[in-house]
Amino acid sequence: MIATKCFHCGNECDKTIVKFDHKTFCCNGCKTVYEIFSTNNLSCYYDLQSTPGAIPKELEGKYDYLDNPDIIERLIEFSNENIQIVTLYIPHIHCSSCIWILENLHKLHTSISASQVNFPKKTVRVTFDTSETTLKEVVTLLNSIGYEPYISLEDYTKGNQHINRSLFYKLGVAGFAFGNVMFLSFPEYFEVSEYWLEQYKHAFRWLMFAFSIPVVFYAGQEYLISAYKGLRNNILNIDVPIALGILVLFIRSTVEIIFDLGTGFFDSLTGLIFFLLLGKFFQQKTYTFLSFERDYKSYFPIAVTRISSDQKLEENIQVYEIKEGDRLLIRNEELIPVDSILINGNARIDYSFVTGESEPVSKRSGDKLFAGGKQMNGAIEIEALKSVEQSYLTQLWSNDIFKKNKADSFTNLTDMVSQYFTIIILCIAVIATSYWLFKDASKAMNVFTAVLIIACPCALALARPFALGNVLRFFGKHKFYLKNADVIEQMANADTILFDKTGTITVHKKNNIEYHGQPLSHTEEALLKNTLRASNHPLSRSLYDTLAAYEIMTLDEYQEYIGSGIEGKHAENSIKIGSTNFVGNPDNEKQLNTSVHISTNDNYRGHFIFYNQYRKGLEKLFKKLSITYEVSIISGDNQGERSYLQKILPKTTSLLFNQKPKDKLNHIKNLQENHRNVMMIGDGLNDAGALAQSNVGIAISENVNVFSPACDAILDASEFEKISDLLHISKKTIQVIKSSFIISFFYNIIGLYFAVIGQLSPIVAAILMPLSSISIVIYVTVLTNFMSFKLYHKKKGDVEAL
Amino acid sequence: MGVIYVLLTISILVAIVFFIAFIFSIKNGQYDDVYTPSIRMLFEDELVKEGQEKSSTPSKTKQS
Repeated sequence: MIATKCFHCGNECDKTIVKFDHKTFCCNGCKTVYEIFSTNNLSCYYDLQSTPGAIPKELEGKYDYLDNPDIIERLIEFSNENIQIVTLYIPHIHCSSCIWILENLHKLHTSISASQVNFPKKTVRVTFDTSETTLKEVVTLLNSIGYEPYISLEDYTKGNQHINRSLFYKLGVAGFAFGNVMFLSFPEYFEVSEYWLEQYKHAFRWLMFAFSIPVVFYAGQEYLISAYKGLRNNILNIDVPIALGILVLFIRSTVEIIFDLGTGFFDSLTGLIFFLLLGKFFQQKTYTFLSFERDYKSYFPIAVTRISSDQKLEENIQVYEIKEGDRLLIRNEELIPVDSILINGNARIDYSFVTGESEPVSKRSGDKLFAGGKQMNGAIEIEALKSVEQSYLTQLWSNDIFKKNKADSFTNLTDMVSQYFTIIILCIAVIATSYWLFKDASKAMNVFTAVLIIACPCALALARPFALGNVLRFFGKHKFYLKNADVIEQMANADTILFDKTGTITVHKKNNIEYHGQPLSHTEEALLKNTLRASNHPLSRSLYDTLAAYEIMTLDEYQEYIGSGIEGKHAENSIKIGSTNFVGNPDNEKQLNTSVHISTNDNYRGHFIFYNQYRKGLEKLFKKLSITYEVSIISGDNQGERSYLQKILPKTTSLLFNQKPKDKLNHIKNLQENHRNVMMIGDGLNDAGALAQSNVGIAISENVNVFSPACDAILDASEFEKISDLLHISKKTIQVIKSSFIISFFYNIIGLYFAVIGQLSPIVAAILMPLSSISIVIYVTVLTNFMSFKLYHKKKGDVEAL
Repeated sequence: MGVIYVLLTISILVAIVFFIAFIFSIKNGQYDDVYTPSIRMLFEDELVKEGQEKSSTPSKTKQS
């Protein structure tokens, strides 16, 4: 069979090939999408990017809940008589073809008047006419062309969020005023007592005053407020000296121009605030396509189908309306929203959202199902045992830790330095002033204000945001996405690292399979392979893939026993594949690892054990980390892998198994009470509590666009082995910041010299302030770039050499 | 020599006009998505080449 690629989605067409219009497709779904596009003259879609599409998912009433007016109302962003606007999140948006096709929706459906894509956010904003179509139809249309919108419970609860653009405004105001004030103050820098200058300087000065008012009271208000808050809580944060500097600058300048004493320092004042805001802006790199605040609501459906007990009627209800005892219908690929009991149907539940374990589990009617599992195999009927909020998993979010803001309990480096800095500056100001009081009392006030102005820690305040912002971007380029810049500092402080096991240090959807028992003959293995071929069970599929290829033969008999195994017969031979009891294993010792047992002609032969496949570079990473950190593994699984992990990991690694989500959280709490800075690396919703409790919570994700629980940072799984490098870089970054503080103090000493001797003229301030700020910014930017580049790539070379 | 005042007024007024334009552009959400328009502007040619219907780019939806 020649491997051909599907013209629409680019997948290999291995089993069935659909030919249409001289092109090959992997399935009918892809072909249909192509048909839709080509009949609407939209085949340009395939020219922009080859194989851009996705296989459309089957519907079967999945979007029936969009008939419910309450739900529609929550999702719709804007609505008047017959126009509605909705913003839908579509994870598949990935290339220019996607933008093109989604912005041409009006050609596919006449009642859609406009659609606009926001590529970084992966959203499309659709405006449609409600007299001709409905939200459900729009969503169905998107689904039919392979762009399935992702609608979750979060969309229902969040309502209309407001975009905060105040930093843009503030930056605009400060930049505008800064430019104009510089312009107006320039003539007086040289203090030439020229006739025209004397004539107009008052007008210039009052204009500068007018420009600086919005800068101080609008653009700079955050610093004033933050300083006030800090003082009230007896904390001398970095904003205290900044606010002091701003206020003194403003008041002194105003007094100077009122009494015609000089030009004032309006240029330095506006410049200072502009640079500070610039630093803030630079630090604020956000990854709009990622969400760091996700809780279970992002994954849970909005509505479920309830089956009324009396009339067997199906209705769509909001998940919050689920009551104990409700009968619910869960379709294929739908999530189970509450803890429940399986009533009937063939359940195969994928708990990968919850545990990271991607192997679906089979359940029989009467079994308990936990919320968060995804049904993988046809429709099932379940009976709710609890409401959504009281389910085993969702209960975790009622813990206080989710209400606490991590940033509040953390003093960053600059604030720490600022505590001493502010006191020293105040001392210098007082000493200098008292000296001048004796020597020349008229200059005392002048010196006092000059000290506070020049000591305003502009460079100090800029070093950290620029250094961290820069490293944040560097990390982003290497698929490590941070929630904010503080995380880097937290990472540098970490001394204990905890890893979740399943999904974090193991690879999804891959197993190491080993055979134990009597060797199988050639015919037996051929029979085994062919029997597995007929089964759709995930274990059969992965076992099938590992066995050598045999010619295809038709089985005489094939039987599948749900929850126990399969049986096949060919000619004289029969084979049983499945659980120990099913095949009649005489040695009934309990196996902790997932295993599949084999018997031929009713003789027990042996079993295949499925070991977890660990991520590449795991041993090396742990070896490296255990030198400087205390490393442990904390897993919700059983001890099946303990001996293997002990063998490959350093002796100091502690291993904890059978930990419930809450246990993980408490374990971290205990560590923190012993003054440990904990970094947690996990992946599933069951780690959410631990990620929130830890000082730094990092989520490992195979596909950063799709899934990750609330955390401080998201790391692409392919970069897993780089964790030690990333930690190293963050430590180095903090060192760079510390060294830049020394340079900044040096500038301050020069400035203080001018201030103390009473010689601080506006021009000195106007030169010294931007000079110190800009040189500090250049220093940290160049150094962090160089350092992270060197560390990251040198290490890469090492790995390749080995 | 009132001309300086006239010039000063004009220069500041011009600056303020641009400043207001900047504020409005933020308000309209021009800086919310700085990536997609760069791709979108390349599409127009594609549509003209196809020469069908009217080749208008999707009209900008009104921001709420």
